[in-house]
Amino acid sequence: MSEAPTMPKSSKLITALALIAMMSGLLVAVTFQVTAPRIALNKQKALEKAIFAVLPEATSAGNFLLQDGVLTSLTAEEFSQANVFAGYNDAGELVGIAMEASARGYSDVVRILYAYEPKNQCILGFTVLQSTETPGIGDKIETDADFLKNFDCLDASLNADLSSLANDIITVKNGKKVNAWEIDGISGATITSKAIGNALNQSANAMLPDLAKNQALLEKKGDS
Amino acid sequence: MPADPRAPAKLSLETLTQGIWKENPVFVMLLGLCPVLAVTNTATNALAMGLATMFVLLCSGVLVSLLRNVIPKQVRIACYIIIIATFVTITDYAIMAISLDLHKALGAFIQLIVVNCVILGRAEAYASKNKVVSSFVNAFGMGIGFTVALLCLGVVREVFGFGTLFGMDLFGPNFQPWAVFALPPGGFFVLAFWLFLFSYVRKRRAAATTLEEKKHAA
Amino acid sequence: MQPDSHAFIFLNAFLINNFVLAMFLGLCPFLGVSAKISTAWNMGLAVVFVMLVSSMCAFGINIVLVKYELEFLRLISYIAVIASSVQLVEMFVKKFSPSLFRTLGIFLPLITTNCAILGLALFQTNRSYNFTQCLAFALGAGAGFTLALILMAGLREKLELAKIPDTVTQAALSLMIAGLLSLSFMGFAGLGG
Repeated sequence: MSEAPTMPKSSKLITALALIAMMSGLLVAVTFQVTAPRIALNKQKALEKAIFAVLPEATSAGNFLLQDGVLTSLTAEEFSQANVFAGYNDAGELVGIAMEASARGYSDVVRILYAYEPKNQCILGFTVLQSTETPGIGDKIETDADFLKNFDCLDASLNADLSSLANDIITVKNGKKVNAWEIDGISGATITSKAIGNALNQSANAMLPDLAKNQALLEKKGDS
Repeated sequence: MPADPRAPAKLSLETLTQGIWKENPVFVMLLGLCPVLAVTNTATNALAMGLATMFVLLCSGVLVSLLRNVIPKQVRIACYIIIIATFVTITDYAIMAISLDLHKALGAFIQLIVVNCVILGRAEAYASKNKVVSSFVNAFGMGIGFTVALLCLGVVREVFGFGTLFGMDLFGPNFQPWAVFALPPGGFFVLAFWLFLFSYVRKRRAAATTLEEKKHAA
Repeated sequence: MQPDSHAFIFLNAFLINNFVLAMFLGLCPFLGVSAKISTAWNMGLAVVFVMLVSSMCAFGINIVLVKYELEFLRLISYIAVIASSVQLVEMFVKKFSPSLFRTLGIFLPLITTNCAILGLALFQTNRSYNFTQCLAFALGAGAGFTLALILMAGLREKLELAKIPDTVTQAALSLMIAGLLSLSFMGFAGLGG
């Protein structure tokens, strides 16, 4: 392009840019306002689906935030800040607590939501929230019947002074499980099985002692 | 129609089909490959990504064409990018509102539509010089071409990698999925094979035409 | 290794989830500028540099956006910041090191449309890394990009002398090699675990 003799003033350029930027800002803001409630609803639904998947007996859930050993109750709208989810049955009794855990898997971080039952002090199951494990190998953790049998009641009881787990949860080689707190790994998907064990152990050690101290708050059903 | 002083391309069937076959953004021009490979592990994802890209292409094409006399030449690229980013953000929120699972599967690649060279290329090479209608038609053709290319990859990778098509089981329980097709290397391989196929077809056609010409000459 | 340790973030972006070969980011320069090792090396350097700068900028921008609850402007502001930071880097290098400018020169504008840069900014926000984690992530991603580019260039230099069937176009062949490289990079999965 030849050097145009009528180079517009920079004020004109700036005005044009500013006008376009304002227009796009307006468009985006309007879209955000319109879609925000739908998105929040979707997120809440997805979360509830995950909670009820690990706590099949629960019919309603309450949101709690555990921070620095203090448990606070949150409203249903504040679900995105919560890290502890209590599941209640129709009678309003606590059937279990769902919490998030994550650890390094084979190719990237695996994030799971697991259920803990305070009554028997054991872990009841988990559902994968995010994983990029090899299809057909690493994703067996969700489908392999023998592996899932580990979570009929995986022992997560606390020690006497309620400071940590009595026995660390650990993944052992396939067929080597002897104790209730061991997870029988999947042969061929050792690293992913281990990741589940690590995630559970780390999260349980960090969360359960504090939860035990706040048991009373969890027992009663919130108004959510 | 009154003639535009800047001699725009005539609106014809060519405007539409150009993007689908002769200048297919993926198979011929090799543009915008990142999403082509990254989200085509299943046909559903491929289709969603194709439609999202098409939406952005259409909207930005129309807007750029509408504003083509307002935007000063010196800052045009910046303006185009802002317009494209706006529509990408809108698409991003729309997909989140429609299905969170789909949004999770496509991940950051929805937002990365911004840097898809196909869209900026269309805005710069076509929409900025042409009328709204022909820009729309041209963008539509390009969008179809892009979506078809994504589907070509998505279908092959899903059928071999998972034994399903759009989530429906194809082969029954005894099928052993060919996992590599669903993994990153599979994306490279499948695209390479499509390119082989296209260049083979093109070579055959060229050879056939030369043979025909020779016959005529004889 | 802990998933949020700096070493793991670096290793993850560098080898395990290599930006080019596993995440498919920055493919255009990967296929375009990988014919010669020397150009590949210069391009890699430029990308590392721009990645570090734009990662820091994006981190700062995100803090501001979150503070004023303007998250919906994230994409627009990131792309604007990246484009202008590339311009700034270009001017800076031109002024202070003309020799470096001559080697990087033509690559810098190309980088603006490189999805690896924007991808980096988006991923670090999604994973809510802190400042030093962002730096480790940017460094790993840049190093991974450079490594993939150099490996590819080395292979393509060798292939210039090889006899290939004439239906095989350059692009298809490059993709085939990229697939093989990607396959071998899958062997890094589970590293340091």
